[in-house]
Amino acid sequence: MVGMTKKKTLFWLCIFLLPNLLGFLIFIGAPILASLVISFTNWDLVSSLQFTGIDNYIRLVQDPEFWRAFRNTFLFIFGYLPLVMIFGLAAALLLNKPMKLRAFFRATYFLPVITSWVAVSLVWKWLYNPNYGLINYLLSLIGITGPQWLNDPSTAMIGIILASAWKDTGFVMVLFLGGLQTISPSYYEAASIDGASKLRQLLSITIPLLAPTTFFVTIISLINSFQVFDQVMIMTEGGPGGSTTVMVQNIYNYAFRYFEMGYAAAMSWALFIVIFIFTYIQMKFQDKGAV
Amino acid sequence: MLKKVAVFIVFSLLAMVSLVGCSTEGSTEGSEDGQTEITYFSFSATPDYEEELNQIIEAFEEENPDITVNSELAAYDDYFTKLQTQIAGDNAPDVFELNYENFVQYASKGTLADLSSFIDEDDSFNPDQLNEEAFKAYQYDGKQYGMVESFSNVLTFYNKDLFDEAGVDYPTSDWTWEDERAAAEKLTDQGNNVWGTYAPVTMNEFYKVAAQNGGQVFDDEGNPTINTPENLEALQYMVENVTEYGVSPSPSDMSGQASEDLFKNGQLAILHTGIWMFGQFEDVPFEWDVEVEAGNTQKAHHFFANGLAVSADSEKQEAAYKFAAFMSASDQAAETRVEASWELPAITNDDILSPYLEQTPPENRQAVFEALDSLVLPPVVENWSRISDVTNQEFEKALNGDQTPEEVLNTLESEYENIMNQ
Repeated sequence: MVGMTKKKTLFWLCIFLLPNLLGFLIFIGAPILASLVISFTNWDLVSSLQFTGIDNYIRLVQDPEFWRAFRNTFLFIFGYLPLVMIFGLAAALLLNKPMKLRAFFRATYFLPVITSWVAVSLVWKWLYNPNYGLINYLLSLIGITGPQWLNDPSTAMIGIILASAWKDTGFVMVLFLGGLQTISPSYYEAASIDGASKLRQLLSITIPLLAPTTFFVTIISLINSFQVFDQVMIMTEGGPGGSTTVMVQNIYNYAFRYFEMGYAAAMSWALFIVIFIFTYIQMKFQDKGAV
Repeated sequence: MLKKVAVFIVFSLLAMVSLVGCSTEGSTEGSEDGQTEITYFSFSATPDYEEELNQIIEAFEEENPDITVNSELAAYDDYFTKLQTQIAGDNAPDVFELNYENFVQYASKGTLADLSSFIDEDDSFNPDQLNEEAFKAYQYDGKQYGMVESFSNVLTFYNKDLFDEAGVDYPTSDWTWEDERAAAEKLTDQGNNVWGTYAPVTMNEFYKVAAQNGGQVFDDEGNPTINTPENLEALQYMVENVTEYGVSPSPSDMSGQASEDLFKNGQLAILHTGIWMFGQFEDVPFEWDVEVEAGNTQKAHHFFANGLAVSADSEKQEAAYKFAAFMSASDQAAETRVEASWELPAITNDDILSPYLEQTPPENRQAVFEALDSLVLPPVVENWSRISDVTNQEFEKALNGDQTPEEVLNTLESEYENIMNQ
């Protein structure tokens, strides 16, 4: 704004930001601060607040249930992240080529992304049904006795991972499609003239030049997958035998089933710190990669 | 830079102040023209008895024209989360339903209003009108913090058609675990997905089955006594019905279906469930009846009570108490309940109760009262929901065959100690 002093600009900036800022402060900022305070208390929602210092954090470190949830979350991420990246990239590469019905296929892949997790989870629950489910029926056609899927502690997490990767593939695909648009066709032309194979082009041009997108997708997916909850809640409720209890599920149980708000808040902050550390490490890597 | 921060803070403070201002303006007390409006929060009325609750409220409002009752309903699974959040937000309903297990926790935290003085002043209510045991269940520290409205228990429901087809004699009141298992073996037809008997392998079922064998999960002082030979035998009985004998559907056989639906489908010959299912089973296309539960060394039956409590923070406690007393002891409420088989009113007036016995199905409604002779109250301990979650998790391992019942009880013994020492 020409002719305005800096101060005035700032004033108008704040006015225009106000609606957004208000929402953020009231519904995000204040609760975040409150949760930090609550994490140093033993509040049960009903009794008055009692400060207990860092007791909750000490208990956390010693709590096998917390570490099991921690482990389960990492298990989920190790399965989910590579799958969704590979599927997403593959779908993007396929649908980046001019072909018939391209828009239709893109929309189809994206459809699960905009479907609610509740509906998706319920459908997958039926697909996984060991006796009447479609998956085990198809397996039985080729003579394989399907696993118990969500009823068996050793396969339940695999079930959650597959369903999650299926749902989010479209999201990752769209991001990669965007990334592919930014790569100039002249690279490929040059490579073809030099006689580089398609595979060579993929490895030496596409993947390196997609790095910024890959980085963004990794961070977003990682942060999301640390917070995995909906599908677990509906498909297994953390079972069987606690084999799919992830961190957010654990927080939910302590907050809204056992009403130990203080301990649940401490766990949320532990989760925040973990996510923060991972994001920070990735940022560092990215800085180096970009130079 | 510093200036920017300062402006930012000023704006955020301004924003907060304006919002707080709004919210105080909005909450005016709703007592215009002498009308008192109270909120009642219930879980037992939904999903099957909303109509009946409205009838009772209408009758109450007719008798008390100066009081209006707004009812809020939530399914049992979500009810306590909502209630607790409302209490935390200083927005508690004036009067709300509490089951016996949760009553003690709420009373001990000072969230409930003492009703003793209201009861003393009330000419229309006399504790004699209510079943003494049930009335006293809502006392804490010698004070009356709630009004019992109804009780219910769990019985052996059986599908007569399946018994007839298999040529098995109907259950009797002398049945033992062995009789039930023997019958269930004959009734099970796995090829057609029909199972002999079903009871959930969970903490809520276990404390009763343990009692049928003379066991206890907690002793009278509230100390855990989970790892005893009696309890082990009880758990083995429950688990082996699934794993060894195959007379009960396994979690993967059930795969998410409710046992009540399996019973309605004619896939369960015997189902252990509560008398609150009478209404839902009314229209099933087969004959069914109920009997008291089989025991091992002794009989034992669940006993669940629901009552109404008044919020300690409510400014309309008197009106709220009036409604609680009406739900609890009035003839109108009791009659409506009896007619709809909405649990059993806790009243002593036999004239009102007798129609309950005459209704069918089931023929053998007398069993509901016979079961009261051997009732076992739900354990009342702090951290109950955590303890039952952990227990159910470990039981799942036994059902999956990952651990033996012995191992499960050993684990639970140390888990309980951990939880209770926190």
